[in-house]
Amino acid sequence: MSETANPDSTARALGVTLAVAFVCALLVSVVAVSLRPVQQANIKAERINQLVREALSGIEPALKTENLEAHVVELASGKFDDSIDPADFDAEAAANNPQTSVEIPRELDLARLKRRALHAQVYLLRESDGAIHTIILSVSGRGYQSILRAWLLLEGNASTVRALKIYQQGETPGVGSRVEDPDWQAQWRGRPIYDDEGVVRIGVDTGRGEDSDMYAKYQVDGISGATRTARGVDGMVRFWLGEFGFGPFLQRIRETNP
Amino acid sequence: MMKDSYWKILTRPLIDENPLTLQILGICSALAVTTSLDTALLMSLVVVCVLALGNGSVSLIRRQLPHSVRIIVQITIIASLVIVVDQILQAYAFEMSKRLSVFVGLVITNCIVLGRAQSYAMHNGFFASVLDGIGNGLGYSLILIIVGAIREFFGKGSLLNVQILVPVSEGGAFEPLHLMLLPPSAFFIIGGLIWFIRRKRPQQVEQPEFSLRAREQGSK
Repeated sequence: MSETANPDSTARALGVTLAVAFVCALLVSVVAVSLRPVQQANIKAERINQLVREALSGIEPALKTENLEAHVVELASGKFDDSIDPADFDAEAAANNPQTSVEIPRELDLARLKRRALHAQVYLLRESDGAIHTIILSVSGRGYQSILRAWLLLEGNASTVRALKIYQQGETPGVGSRVEDPDWQAQWRGRPIYDDEGVVRIGVDTGRGEDSDMYAKYQVDGISGATRTARGVDGMVRFWLGEFGFGPFLQRIRETNP
Repeated sequence: MMKDSYWKILTRPLIDENPLTLQILGICSALAVTTSLDTALLMSLVVVCVLALGNGSVSLIRRQLPHSVRIIVQITIIASLVIVVDQILQAYAFEMSKRLSVFVGLVITNCIVLGRAQSYAMHNGFFASVLDGIGNGLGYSLILIIVGAIREFFGKGSLLNVQILVPVSEGGAFEPLHLMLLPPSAFFIIGGLIWFIRRKRPQQVEQPEFSLRAREQGSK
């Protein structure tokens, strides 16, 4: 350490320290700034992963989220709109903003939402060979006295339900709130969505139809004492699978993923 | 300082002067990141990089470095390197960096890094210092990898997340040793390794610094 003449003068100590600090600060800042976009992308992907894991928890825990894709879909055309980052898209805010939403025609408004956003997020879980395994849709609708929010999982063929998970509702406790009951939700698994003519037939049997036997394979049981909640769920599912919901998008999936 | 061949500088810290088993440095991180082999491998890589670059940089400025501020300057360099490595991991190995969590940042306080900068790089040329850094990093890595492999194998029945033994919960015959996933097991394994190495290399055994006074004449 005594290799230089007077290495221990205060001025020298200050000078060396400042120089080292400057070089280190420069290095750290350059690296941090240049890597930030990649890191942000990681964090966004992680947020989406988290969301989907939550959606799957309890219903499809074994599903792997490794081959997960998030997209924003323009609902009217059913095409991906990659100009919107799925991690930044806020469906609820978009539905409340007149510029980014559209009024739902009365006769189509089964979910009684009045407006819906022009876009929606969809998540696709792919198999290792690239085929779509599960389509994850976020749906909402009006129940008896609250807004219902749910994850609707479809199989890769886009015509069979894998699961419905209602995660937010404020229905009558003990009656309407039974839509959150896993046993009730389990009835949705494997139900076909369309009949042979391609008409959406899936729903909840709430005792309205005379020909309910004919549609038994499309319909889950209603809930006694919670007819309006069950109709809310029915409307929600049918609206979002229908032509004003994800219908065009699902149509495209069926065409490209035979 | 005596001159050694570069090969010796590189290989000596593997067993003969292993920072973990001879100098007992860096135990803390060795406990934390060895629950599975992949984290141990990544941590090893981080430590090798930081040690090599840190030793190299300190060696480059050693003649300019005033004695009074040497530690703070070394720590500044090491901390910057660790932050850079951490940032790179967060960008390109996000999943793993989450699992390593704070332990990448804590490489700053890993005694091996500062220890080698202070005791070797301050007195030796650039190339020798870099080699010494790599060598010590590899010595640390060697122990981490052994411990990580043992803990993952007996704790989960897998290696590098590939299931080798089928656990009882999935119908197999292997009962996972959960103790292996807890920090004490790393102590046991490192302790066992130290014993084993000193058994093979008795010159590593330290002389007792003081001897216990034999109890005098019992209690008469």
